Amino acid sequence: MMTDFESTMRKREPREEDLIRGATGDWEIILGLEVHAQVTSEAKLFSASSTKFGAEQNTQVSFVDAAMPGMLPVINRYCVEQAVRTGLGLKAQINLRSVFDRKNYFYPDLPQGYQISQFKHPIVGEGEVVLDMPDARTVIVGIERLHLEQDAGKSLHDQHPAMSFVDLNRSGVALMEIVSKPDMRSAEEARAYVTKLRTILRYLGTCDGNMEEGSLRADVNVSVRKVGAPLGTRCEIKNVNSIRFIGQAIEYEARRQIDILEDGGKIDQETRLFDPKTGETRPMRSKEEAHDYRYFPDPDLLPLVLQQADVDAIRRALPELPDEKKARLISAYGLSAYDATVLVSDGARADFFEAVAKGRDAKLAANWVTGDFFAALNREGHAIEQSPVTAKQLGELLDLISDGTISGRIAKQIFDSMYKTGRDPSKIVEDEGLRQVTDFGAIEAAIDAVIAANPDKVEQTKVKPQLAGWFVGQVMKSTSGKANPQVVNEILARKLGLSSDG
Amino acid sequence: MSELTKLTLAAARDALKKKEISAVELTGAYLAEMAAGTALNTYVTVTAEKSMEMAKASDARLAKGAGGALEGLPLGIKDLFCTKDVLTTASSHILDGFRPPYESTVTANLWRDGAVMLGKLNNDEFAMGSSNETSFYGPVVNPWRRKGSDAKLVPGGSSGGSSAAVAAKLCLAATATDTGGSIRQPAAFTGTVGIKPTYGRCSRWGIVAFASSLDQAGPITRDVRDAAIMLTSMAGHDEKDTTSVDRPVPDYEAALGQGVKGLKVGIPKEYRVDGMPAEIDALWSRGIEWLKAAGAEIKEVSLPHTKYALPTYYIVAPAECSSNLARYDGVRYGLRVEGRDITDMYEKTRAAGFGAEVRRRVLMGTYVLSAGYYDAYYLKAQKVRTLIARDFAAAFADVDVLLTPTAPSAAFGIGEKTDDPLSMYLNDVFTVPVNLAGLPGISVPAGLSSDGLPLGLQLIGRTFDEETLLRAAYAVEQAADFKAAPEAWWKA
Repeated sequence: MMTDFESTMRKREPREEDLIRGATGDWEIILGLEVHAQVTSEAKLFSASSTKFGAEQNTQVSFVDAAMPGMLPVINRYCVEQAVRTGLGLKAQINLRSVFDRKNYFYPDLPQGYQISQFKHPIVGEGEVVLDMPDARTVIVGIERLHLEQDAGKSLHDQHPAMSFVDLNRSGVALMEIVSKPDMRSAEEARAYVTKLRTILRYLGTCDGNMEEGSLRADVNVSVRKVGAPLGTRCEIKNVNSIRFIGQAIEYEARRQIDILEDGGKIDQETRLFDPKTGETRPMRSKEEAHDYRYFPDPDLLPLVLQQADVDAIRRALPELPDEKKARLISAYGLSAYDATVLVSDGARADFFEAVAKGRDAKLAANWVTGDFFAALNREGHAIEQSPVTAKQLGELLDLISDGTISGRIAKQIFDSMYKTGRDPSKIVEDEGLRQVTDFGAIEAAIDAVIAANPDKVEQTKVKPQLAGWFVGQVMKSTSGKANPQVVNEILARKLGLSSDG
Repeated sequence: MSELTKLTLAAARDALKKKEISAVELTGAYLAEMAAGTALNTYVTVTAEKSMEMAKASDARLAKGAGGALEGLPLGIKDLFCTKDVLTTASSHILDGFRPPYESTVTANLWRDGAVMLGKLNNDEFAMGSSNETSFYGPVVNPWRRKGSDAKLVPGGSSGGSSAAVAAKLCLAATATDTGGSIRQPAAFTGTVGIKPTYGRCSRWGIVAFASSLDQAGPITRDVRDAAIMLTSMAGHDEKDTTSVDRPVPDYEAALGQGVKGLKVGIPKEYRVDGMPAEIDALWSRGIEWLKAAGAEIKEVSLPHTKYALPTYYIVAPAECSSNLARYDGVRYGLRVEGRDITDMYEKTRAAGFGAEVRRRVLMGTYVLSAGYYDAYYLKAQKVRTLIARDFAAAFADVDVLLTPTAPSAAFGIGEKTDDPLSMYLNDVFTVPVNLAGLPGISVPAGLSSDGLPLGLQLIGRTFDEETLLRAAYAVEQAADFKAAPEAWWKA
């Protein structure tokens, strides 16, 4: 998609950290992304065929998808709603009238000989995505447009020694092409953009964001310029299918362009492919193969006209989005911006947190969810849906800490056991006798025993009060950690004569 | 000629209902005529067995006093309509061996109403042509000949198989399609009636596409009543074609015979083109007199953008066809000529599969959509198209129908214009504006040329006002009292 960006791009002061040092000076990278997001829908954009991933080849192909003679496309209303929902989620202009065009080119996995897309009049116009960078910076990336289009089929070159096969299951599946403005200045920002966009799409339920299955792919436009210079010639790196590769492709491509320019060469505007094996980009097709797509309005489809009332209804039913959720978590639970950002990056994680935090100490809940709980998920490679510990169970654990039944230290031990076995924390406490001892008499007896056994340490402590910690350790050890640490501290201080008020 | 095949569609329908004849008898009679008429090259596929099965089933329904509006009536189907499991080629080599696993909506409507399929009718390749000479299966021969001549004439096109088969009584009626005149001009060339309904009146689903924004199905029949009966069955909304319009289908036959008293008939002055033969002009004047005599009010109207219609059409139609025909690539169905690689396979397949006229239009269409030419050609043509539609809308503020000649000449000889595409394209000068504006139009046989060839008058109506159009056409038909028929020379 070619767009005149120079006039619409956001003005940004270059940051030292983002600049690339060259032999002739510092270079700035200018990045814009075109993300293809598969619309979450049971049926294809213009046919009723299933869109299920991983089905037997050519089993989800209607006569329309195979472009049989006389077949006509009929728009799938649900896909249109999904596009509108996405547009609203991107705070974008919804165009009540949009037009489907044909993009003409020959390829075996494109049965019609054209892709139905939206060229001049997309369904969604300008919007924006807010990036929360790890250094607490915020970057706003403009959205140029979002349009609906058909996916192509898939050519299979590894099935036969002399022939290529075609799988049309994907042919006609609805995609949203989301075009950003060239508002990103580093590979890190590009990665953050795709991550954030994916989060928004998942919150909206309009794309599952599964990059391994090809549900989300990015074309990355890269150009470089000397600081303050006009925009350079860009290259488009096609179909990059992981966030990590996006970063690698940008870093390689920017360096390549800088090297050419510093050697006195010029950049050819071209499409390139990223090879994950070598970490390099290479030209996709030569210039003589450049396509003239001959876009024109598809005469089989009337212009797509939406009613404002329908758009409003979709807007009213929108779920809470990451930015709003983050703001709410900060204000309602007193979370730090960092904790809130971590939590909202995945709607399921934020929901888990809220279930744990409800009616409890929010800070304690945040520490446990973002700390031990996320660490366990990461260690085991579990998605939150696969967690053996439910939010209810983790909440109970927190309750046991708060009411003094267990200590924080024991809680960690119980949590590990919960994660391994899925048992309720109260059950573990009972079964393993981990209830915290707050019985003054029992603790006093344990302290007395330690003091009696170590008269020299008692003397030393009188001179050096910090040694009291050693006694706490010994008492905890002799009570298998079950003694309430606060009670131990109080009694010890009194017995050792350290208490100011005692 | 068999007495049975002399019956019109309406007469055969009534005779079947009264059990005076059977569908099997009627179908048998047509199959015999078809076998004797192969010299006309009207059918590319004959479905004899299927037709007899359908006729038997019809007889069974008729015997029970049941049956649809077209029960037991044998029809020819233009080979542009996909017919389930029956070879469908669009008269192109590129659809070699193609048997669709589906039935077009229009033909499905006909079978729903009990009609019997005789076979698939020849046409210009992908409906691109005005003489039926571009068919891969060879030209169709017009049953009509000039007085005292045995020179073979074209039946018009692209629905030349349909018009010739109806004129030679090789079917009761035929389906046809009209993108720029492909129903009306062949009807005029063969002394038959052809109606192109409003764009959106019939579903395009399952009809091999030529130019999607212009294509529309309609019937070619022996008279106006038969056209009304056929259209009633063919028309209707179809959810599978989003350009088809959801409005009830009237009983068109009931609209006939209401007369034209007080009807306002417009005569577009721009249709008096330079070099129009005097006998066409005279025919037109007679038509005006007939309608006036029947009580209609005649008014001159102006359609100022008429002269741009043909060039506009020859940008829009090829543009759409260049894209519509991209699917014929040798990958999934039809012809494939193997090549070194995929591009070579495409090129060899399409070079072998498409005839010269189709290639010409694909090239023109590709050109007018190309970067740097789109605005000057395609976009400009779309704007002119809007102006042409506005001309008609303005005219219809004052009048109810328009009367014009159908074509600027009578049928010409086979091979006469094949080297001169421009003069061939000029055949559609009176019919093309109607498609560009999406209006309904009908051609009615109105007289003979000095050579003894049929000539047609065209009536143009308001969108979705086929009833008024048919009423006026019926009045012209009554007044013209066209009784001439071709000698059955092809049986010799």
